[in-house]
Amino acid sequence: MSAQTTAQSVAIAEIAGRFGNRPEQLVQILVTVVQERGWVAESDIRQLAGTLNLSRAEVHGVVEYYHDLRTAAPGTHIVRICRAEACQAMGARELEAHAHNAIDDNVTVEAVYCLGNCACAPAVMVNGTTHGRVDAARFDALIRALPEGE
Amino acid sequence: MAAVKVFVPRETTAVSVGANEVAVAIAAEAKRRGADIELARNGSWGACWLEPLVEVQLGDQRIAYANIEPTDVPSLFAAGFLDGGGHDKCIGPVAEIEYLITQERWTFWRCGLVESLSLEDFLAHQGFKALRKAWETGPDAVIDEVTASGLRGRGGAGFPAGIKWRTVADAAGDRKYVACNADEGDSGTFSDRMLMEGDPYGFIESLAIAAFAVGANKAYIYLRSEYPLTRAILSRAIATLRETGWLGSDIQGSGFEFDVELHIGAGSYVCGEETAMLESLEGKKGLVRSKPPLPAISGLFGAPTLVNNVVTLASVPNIVNLGGARYAAMGVNRSKGTLAFQLGGNVKRGGLVERSFGVTLRDIVEGYGGGTASGRPVKAVQVGGPLGAYLSPEELDTPLDYEAFVEIGAMIGHGGIVVFDDTANMAQQARFAMEFCAIESCGKCTPCRIGSTRGVELIDRLIKGEKRDENYDLLVELCDTMEDASLCAMGGMTPYPVRSVLHKFADDFAPRDEA
Repeated sequence: MSAQTTAQSVAIAEIAGRFGNRPEQLVQILVTVVQERGWVAESDIRQLAGTLNLSRAEVHGVVEYYHDLRTAAPGTHIVRICRAEACQAMGARELEAHAHNAIDDNVTVEAVYCLGNCACAPAVMVNGTTHGRVDAARFDALIRALPEGE
Repeated sequence: MAAVKVFVPRETTAVSVGANEVAVAIAAEAKRRGADIELARNGSWGACWLEPLVEVQLGDQRIAYANIEPTDVPSLFAAGFLDGGGHDKCIGPVAEIEYLITQERWTFWRCGLVESLSLEDFLAHQGFKALRKAWETGPDAVIDEVTASGLRGRGGAGFPAGIKWRTVADAAGDRKYVACNADEGDSGTFSDRMLMEGDPYGFIESLAIAAFAVGANKAYIYLRSEYPLTRAILSRAIATLRETGWLGSDIQGSGFEFDVELHIGAGSYVCGEETAMLESLEGKKGLVRSKPPLPAISGLFGAPTLVNNVVTLASVPNIVNLGGARYAAMGVNRSKGTLAFQLGGNVKRGGLVERSFGVTLRDIVEGYGGGTASGRPVKAVQVGGPLGAYLSPEELDTPLDYEAFVEIGAMIGHGGIVVFDDTANMAQQARFAMEFCAIESCGKCTPCRIGSTRGVELIDRLIKGEKRDENYDLLVELCDTMEDASLCAMGGMTPYPVRSVLHKFADDFAPRDEA
C-alpha cells in the first residue's frame, strides 16, 4: 500500500466516522468525500462498503446514481453552467458553447440543471459560488480571476 | 449618535450579482470616512432585477438604492446616502416600491425585512409566536386550522396539507418524522431557497410546529446541493437555535423535544419526488417507491412521515397566528391562499411575487415582469418547472388556479414562470424536455427510462423533417405511453411540455435551411 493510498484511506475513514459509520448516512458520506477529496475512487467504494457493512454493489450503485458523485479527478477549478430553461431563454446554450472554447485543462466544466438564480440568468457556479447575469465577457472575467493551479 | 443601519442582502441572487463585494466596499468606505454604520445582512425582498439592493435605515423608513456596484460606493457616501442624500441609483423608500407593495406577503413577509441570521431580530418580528400558540392550543387545534385554511402542497402536487397532517397524526407508531422537501429541483423555481435564506428561523419554526402537530420529534431537511449559501445559512441558524435552547430536549421549558437534521442532495432531480427523497435520506439510490403505502403511513425508515415542501410548511405559522379562515378567504375556487410565483428567464423584472391565487398569468408576466428583458415579443411561457407545459401569449389570461391550469393541459406546480421571447426555438425546448428526462430518469420504470431516449431521437427526426407525419404520430403515441405508464411525474409529465410544443408551436419543427 503506497503512502498516498494510506493517506486517502485515513481520510475516508475519518469522514465515515463523522457520520457514525452508519449505512443510512452513505449519501452524506459520499457527498462529503466529493466535497473534500474531489471525487470517489474505486478504492473508496471498497473501503466504505467494508466500514458500513454494505455490499460493494450497493455503494457502487449509489455512486453511479447521483450526478454529483464524480468518479474521476476533476481539474483544479470546477465550473458548472446552468442548462435549464430560464438560462436557455437568456442565452445559456451560446454561453456553454463559448465556455468550452474559453477554458483550459485545469478547469472542469459540468452541466447543472438550475441553480435557483432564474431571475438573473444565465447562471454559472464557479468553485461553489453562483454568479448571475453571466454573458461571454463576464464569463471570461470569472475565468481570468481564477487563481493559478495549485 | 447611533450607528446608521445599512442593509445588504446575503442571498444567492443578490450575491450572484455582487452583493458581497458591495458589502465589503461599504464597510471599507465607512471606515475610511470614519462613518458609524452597522452593516446588516438581510434576505432578498424578491425584487431580483434591482439586486444588489442596498437600503439605509432612516428613522422608520428604509431608503433603497438599486443595482449597486462596488464602484458606486464612494459616490453613495459622497452624496450623503447615510443621511438620505440623493443619488442616481436611489429609488426611494422600499415601502413604496410598487412591485413589492402590491403583493400579498403571507408566507414571505419576513424576507428582506429582517436580518436573516439575527435571532434577536426574528424574535422582535413575531418569532416563535406561532409555536408558542401551538403549544397552548395543542396539536389537534393546529391541524384543524391547517385543514380550515385549505392549504395545499406547494411542491407541485397540490395535495391538501390538513389531510396529510391528520393522517400522520393518526397513524400508529411511536416514532414519526417530518421530512421537509427542500430539493427544489424544478428549474425556474427559487422560492424555497429565498425563504430559507431570508427567514431561516421562521422556516425552522414551521418545522417545529409541523412536528408538534403530528407527534414527531425530528425533522429532516433535504436540501439540494446546488444551494451552498442556503446550506451555510441554515447550518448557522440551526446551531444558534441549539445554543439558545430552541432546538433540543424540553424546548423553552415546554416539554417539547425537537431537532432537525440537514441532509444534502447529490444532484438528482427525481429526489424531489417524495418517495425517492425518502430513499435518499436513507442513504440509498433515489429510486421512486411504489405507492401505497403512503409516506404518511410508512415513510422514512418505515415510520409515519410528514413530507411537505418548504413553502407549504412556511405558510403555516401565519395560519396558526391569524387563523385558517383568514388564509382560506384569499384565493379562488379550490386554490386557497397565496402562492409565491417565481418569475425568471427572459423577463425585464424577474423575481418573487407572492399573490393570492386568481391573478392571471398576464398580471405576473406583463404587470410585474414588464415583458421580456430583450424587449422583443413574448413567444412562450413555461409554468411549473421542466415538466410544465409551454403556454402561448393567447393563454396569458388564464387565472393562476390549480384547476384552471389543469383544464388547459398545464400545471402551476411549484409556481415557476419562465418567459421566452420570439427568438426561442420551441422544437429545441421540446427536445430538451425529453433530454432532461433521459438524463434524470431514475431508471426504475421502462416508459420513462427508454421512452425519454426514444423521444429525443424522434424529435431530432422531426427537426430534420424526416418522415414528419409518421414520426409525429409516433411521438404522440410515445407521449401517451409515458403519461399512462410511468411510475412518477418524471416520465408521466415530461409529455406535457412536448405536447404543448407540438400543438402550439408546430412551425418550429419545419426543416431548417441548413439541414
